[in-house]
Amino acid sequence: MVRAVLEPGGDAATALYIVAFSLFIVGIKQGTHPTTAKRGNLIAAAGMAVAVVTTLLLDGMGNWGLIFLGLGIGTAVGVIASIRVQMTEMPQMVALYNGVGGGAVALIAWSEIRHGLSLGEDFPLDELIPIIFAGVVGSVSFWGSNIAFAKLQDLIPTRPIAAPGQQVINAVLLIAIVTICVILAVDHESPSQGLFILLLVLAAILGNLVVLPIGGADMPVVISLLNAFTGLSAAAAGFALDNVALIVAGTLVGSSGTILTMEMATAMNRSVANILFSGFGGAPAGGGGGSGEEKPHVSIGAQDAAIKLAYADTVVIVPGYGLAVAQAQHAIKEVADELEARGVTVNYAIHPVAGRMPGHMNVLLAEADVAYENLKEMEEINPEMSRTDVAVVVGANDVTNPAAKNDPDSPIAGMPIIEVSEAQEVIVIKRSLSPGFAGIDNDLFYEPNTSMLFADAKQAAADIASEIGNL
Amino acid sequence: MDLMTEITIFVLAVFVGFEVISKVPTTLHTPLMSQTNAIHGIVMLGGLIVLGYADDGLEYVIGTIAVAFGAINIVGGFMVTDRMLGMFTRKPKPKAEADGKGGS
Repeated sequence: MVRAVLEPGGDAATALYIVAFSLFIVGIKQGTHPTTAKRGNLIAAAGMAVAVVTTLLLDGMGNWGLIFLGLGIGTAVGVIASIRVQMTEMPQMVALYNGVGGGAVALIAWSEIRHGLSLGEDFPLDELIPIIFAGVVGSVSFWGSNIAFAKLQDLIPTRPIAAPGQQVINAVLLIAIVTICVILAVDHESPSQGLFILLLVLAAILGNLVVLPIGGADMPVVISLLNAFTGLSAAAAGFALDNVALIVAGTLVGSSGTILTMEMATAMNRSVANILFSGFGGAPAGGGGGSGEEKPHVSIGAQDAAIKLAYADTVVIVPGYGLAVAQAQHAIKEVADELEARGVTVNYAIHPVAGRMPGHMNVLLAEADVAYENLKEMEEINPEMSRTDVAVVVGANDVTNPAAKNDPDSPIAGMPIIEVSEAQEVIVIKRSLSPGFAGIDNDLFYEPNTSMLFADAKQAAADIASEIGNL
Repeated sequence: MDLMTEITIFVLAVFVGFEVISKVPTTLHTPLMSQTNAIHGIVMLGGLIVLGYADDGLEYVIGTIAVAFGAINIVGGFMVTDRMLGMFTRKPKPKAEADGKGGS
C-alpha cells in the first residue's frame, strides 16, 4: 500500500490540483473543435487521474478497503454501462451519469454535517452555507436526472405529467426549503441533522416535480441545465472542503454548462424558463384536427418512393427524432449507398435540435459511417433546397413545418426550420399524420408536392433500399 | 485557504468557463455536454476525503456510496464521450476502444 505523503491543503497537493484543473480547461477548450475533441477528452481524463491520485496520497486517509470497494464498484458499473450503451441511448446515459454525480454531492454534504457534529465542532457559516447549498442542489440534480433518464428510457411516459396546482406545490416546497436553510444557518453552532435530512428529502421531491411535467423532447436542455447544477454543487462542496480542484472544476462545469444550455434553448427558439415551466406539448394530441376531418394528402408505397429517388439528381435526407427512436440510421445509410451507386448526390440536412439532443443526430449518422462532409447544417442546406429534386423527411416533423415561417400565430412561429417545401418533391416517412411534439398539424403533409409514406422509419428505409436495388 | 481567496478563484473560474465554451458547433454539443458531465465527477474527491476520514458506521456507508457514484460519473462519463467522439473519426478502421482514465 502506498503510504500517504501529501499534507492536506499543503503546497504539494495544491500544486497537483492546479495541474489537474489546468488539464480540464485545456480539455474543454479542445472539446469545442471537431478535430481536437477526442484528444481534449483524453486530456481532461488525465487531469482527473492526477486529481484522484493526489487525493489518495493525502496524509491521514484511511478506510482503504471501503475506498477501493467504492472505486471498484463505480468503475465496473461505469465501464460496463459505457460499452453496452447504444448510441441512440446516449442522452439518457448522460442523464444517469449526471444524476449519480449529484447524488454523490448530496451524500458528501450529509456526511460532512454528521462528521462535524460527531466531533462537536461548530460550523462556521462559510463552511455550513456551501454544505447546505451542495446538499439541496445535489439532491435536486440526482432526482431530476433520474426522472429525465426514466423518461428518455420510456420507463415513465415522456409526455408532460402535471398535477393540478403544480406550480403552487413547487412554490410551497421552495419556500419550505429556503426556510429550513435559514433555520440551519441561524443555528450554525449545532445544526440539526434531522432538519438537514428533511432538507434533502424536500429537495428530492422538488427535483421530481420540476422535471416530471417536462416533455421528452425538451429533456436534453433539462439534462444540460442539471449538469450545470451538479457542477455548481461540486464547487460548493469544494468551498466546504477547502479543495481548490473541486472549486475550479465544479465552477467550470457550472458556467460552461449554463452556456451550453442557453445555446440549446436558442436552437429551439425558446427560453430556458419557458422550457422549465410551461409544460409545452401538454395540449391533447391532434388538437387542430377536428373530428375525423382529414385534409387531402398523397400516400405512396416504398416502390414509388424508390422510383422517385432513383431518378433524381440531388436528394436531401432530413432525419429527426423518429429516426433515432426507430434506430433507422443504418437502413437510411443503405438507401443513400444505393442512390450514390446510381450517381445521385445525397446530403443530410441536420436541424440544430434533430434527434434527442443537439448534435445527437450527427453522432447517430457518424455511427452508421455517413461521411462527415455530407452532414449539412441548416443554414448551409436551406439555400440549396430549391435546387434539390427530392427531400426525404425521416421521422422529423416540427422542424420542417412551414407554419414556423408562414403563420405568425403558430406556437412554433419563428423557430428555424429546414425548408423542405422548397424542394421539387418531398417524401415524408412517418407512422401517421399525427402531430409532432409541439402538438400542431404540419402543413407540409398537405402540400401538393408532398408524398406521405406511412411506415416505421427503419422498415421503410430497408424496403426502399431493396426496391432501388431491384430497379 | 481563506474565503476571499476561494471566492476569487470561483469568480475567475466562472469567466474561464464562459470564455472557453463560446461558439461550439452544434455537432459537438452532445459530446461536450458529456465531457463536462464527466468533469463534475471530480466530486468523487470529496467522497474520497469524507470516506478517508470517516469514523462511524453510517459514514462508511454514505462515503462508499458517494465514492461509487463519483467513480461511475467519472469513468462512465469519459468513456462514453470517447465512444461518441470515436464515431467522428474519418477512417472506419477497427481499433481498440481507448479506455477512460481516473479509476484508481
